[in-house]
Amino acid sequence: MHSRRNARRRNGALRRRRTDYTGIPSWIYAVAALGGLLVLLPVAAMAARVNWPQFIPLITSESSLTALGLSLRTSAASTALCIILGVPLALVLARASFPGQRLLRSFVLLPLVLPPVVGGIALLYTFGRQGLLGRNLELLGIQVAFSTTAVVLAQTFVALPFLVVSLEGALRTAGGRYEAVAATLGARPGTVLRRVTVPLVLPGLASGAVLSFARGLGEFGATLTFAGSLQGVTRTLPLEIYLQRETDADAAVALSLVLVAVAVTVVALSYRGPRRPGAARGSFALGGPGAVGETGTAARATAARASGGSVQ
Amino acid sequence: MTFRLEAAVEARGFDVSLSVGPAETVAIMGPNGAGKSTLLAVIAGLLHPDSGRAEVDGRVLFDRAGGRSAWTAPHQRGTALLAQEPLLFPHLTVLENVAFGPRSKGTPRRDAREAARRWLGAVDAGELAARRPAELSGGQAQRVAVARALAADPQLLLLDEPMAALDIHAAPLLRRLLKQVLAERRAIIITHDVLDALMLADRVIVLEDGKVTESGPTREVLQRPRSRFVAGLAGLNLVAGTLTERGVRTAAGQEFAGQHDSAMEAGAFIAGQAGVAVFPPSAVSVFLTEAHGSPRNSFPVAVTDLEPHGDQIRVRAGDLSADITPAASADLGLSPGMTVFFVIKAGAVSVYPA
Repeated sequence: MHSRRNARRRNGALRRRRTDYTGIPSWIYAVAALGGLLVLLPVAAMAARVNWPQFIPLITSESSLTALGLSLRTSAASTALCIILGVPLALVLARASFPGQRLLRSFVLLPLVLPPVVGGIALLYTFGRQGLLGRNLELLGIQVAFSTTAVVLAQTFVALPFLVVSLEGALRTAGGRYEAVAATLGARPGTVLRRVTVPLVLPGLASGAVLSFARGLGEFGATLTFAGSLQGVTRTLPLEIYLQRETDADAAVALSLVLVAVAVTVVALSYRGPRRPGAARGSFALGGPGAVGETGTAARATAARASGGSVQ
Repeated sequence: MTFRLEAAVEARGFDVSLSVGPAETVAIMGPNGAGKSTLLAVIAGLLHPDSGRAEVDGRVLFDRAGGRSAWTAPHQRGTALLAQEPLLFPHLTVLENVAFGPRSKGTPRRDAREAARRWLGAVDAGELAARRPAELSGGQAQRVAVARALAADPQLLLLDEPMAALDIHAAPLLRRLLKQVLAERRAIIITHDVLDALMLADRVIVLEDGKVTESGPTREVLQRPRSRFVAGLAGLNLVAGTLTERGVRTAAGQEFAGQHDSAMEAGAFIAGQAGVAVFPPSAVSVFLTEAHGSPRNSFPVAVTDLEPHGDQIRVRAGDLSADITPAASADLGLSPGMTVFFVIKAGAVSVYPA
């Protein structure tokens, strides 16, 4: 009985869907299909407009490759920054309790609802030449705005909530009981974090990191406002696409497809769920393309759900 | 060389003081919400008490008496916690789980693994070393959890109902194992089971509403219950009231005649002092009409429940119960709601101060 149930689980989601009662009214499937189409149809329409004979030359032009390289480098850097800053933030939000905690959470999530252009302006007034910190940095000879650093900062700004939300959900699901036991066994807090907490929420951390990377890859508004569009320095792939659209529509479409492909590939490859790979990967495939766009509310919900589902 | 604790947690109405000797195992019993888990959390350092002081072998765990505020972090206390669920770290193998305590104390990896193998052998789980916790049964996982707690070499082992989540086949096995490992060890075990208290503990402490209501050697506490909770554990009826010449008078004015404790026969008791009358359900007879003849207690009760109890029928009437044969129950035509007379021979009722 038990082994048969395991076998069925191994056979995958399709079989399970057929045998288990779902409780979903049939009209839900129709609406769900519409929702899926809303995402898939535009991508298909774009793919249909690609000038396939010229595809390879279009995407291997010098400016395209430079933009792609810059995008991958900055997204990787901003993902690393998101992990460095986001893990402590998520821990503090999920485990500690202090006055102003709810307020802090609201502010961390602000970039999700803030139009990226507004985020870019805010960053400019912080790190710009006349900005709050920028003035002092200027005295030290450091100029942040309109540099590659600015691109990374802009991407981190918009992507950080994805990691924090995803990880906080995972931490809450995991609970604090393992940590308590670890402490009574003699593990100091640093050891508990390294050997218990982080391994326990690794799926949530991975999902958050992947979503952050995807969000950084698609970042446009804040980058343009705060970092400008300097080829090889701040002109990432989305900026290059926007620029090409004015002069060479074929190049823009081809590059758009490259961006979609890179995002989907990263999301699909970098997540290997240790326990429930089927279920987890499914939700990530959905989360990736959604997160590449400029608004993140839907992806945020996906992030929360994905992290919750993968930790059980 | 003992463990001593005084602690109060105001928000939970918790105020307890106790001590545990070097090789002593103390069972903590009490109704749900009595503060048993709060006690363990305070000892383990997972909960800050508002006031009090605790030390183990002269080492201060916390001291919040008289404006002081010393605090030893949980990982420095040497108070390993074994919970109801095994809580094995799911990402580590069984061997790495058991080696966790020694590793955390800075033991080199190889020595820690060696120690872990020894402890796994001691709990008869050596063959599970390479498995993941997800591949263990409930009983196996709890055995590994015992090994993990012991491998940390705790000065005080805290067990929070370690048998509660196990099925009826796994529990006796673990109980036997615990009897072995707790023999020469200082431990506090929370349990709901009289059998655990009798088999594993030298002493029992009863917590009710955050306060210690009874304590003493397990057998004595169970033989001379002073609270309805312990009487229930021991399977005895208990009536509380004030002591009189003949026995105990309840607040309602009813007098239970009984035998004063041998120690009290010399007239050492003070009439009017709080006392209890205790008698087993098997000493209670049930009649439809009032039975006379001295020395007997006879009083009307309303039957609330009938339930099988071994090969007897247990007749419950409020807080009291009587055990009668199924035949007698049928003859009397008992059913819930009926008024009957409970009759108890005075010789079967023990009376002593509460």
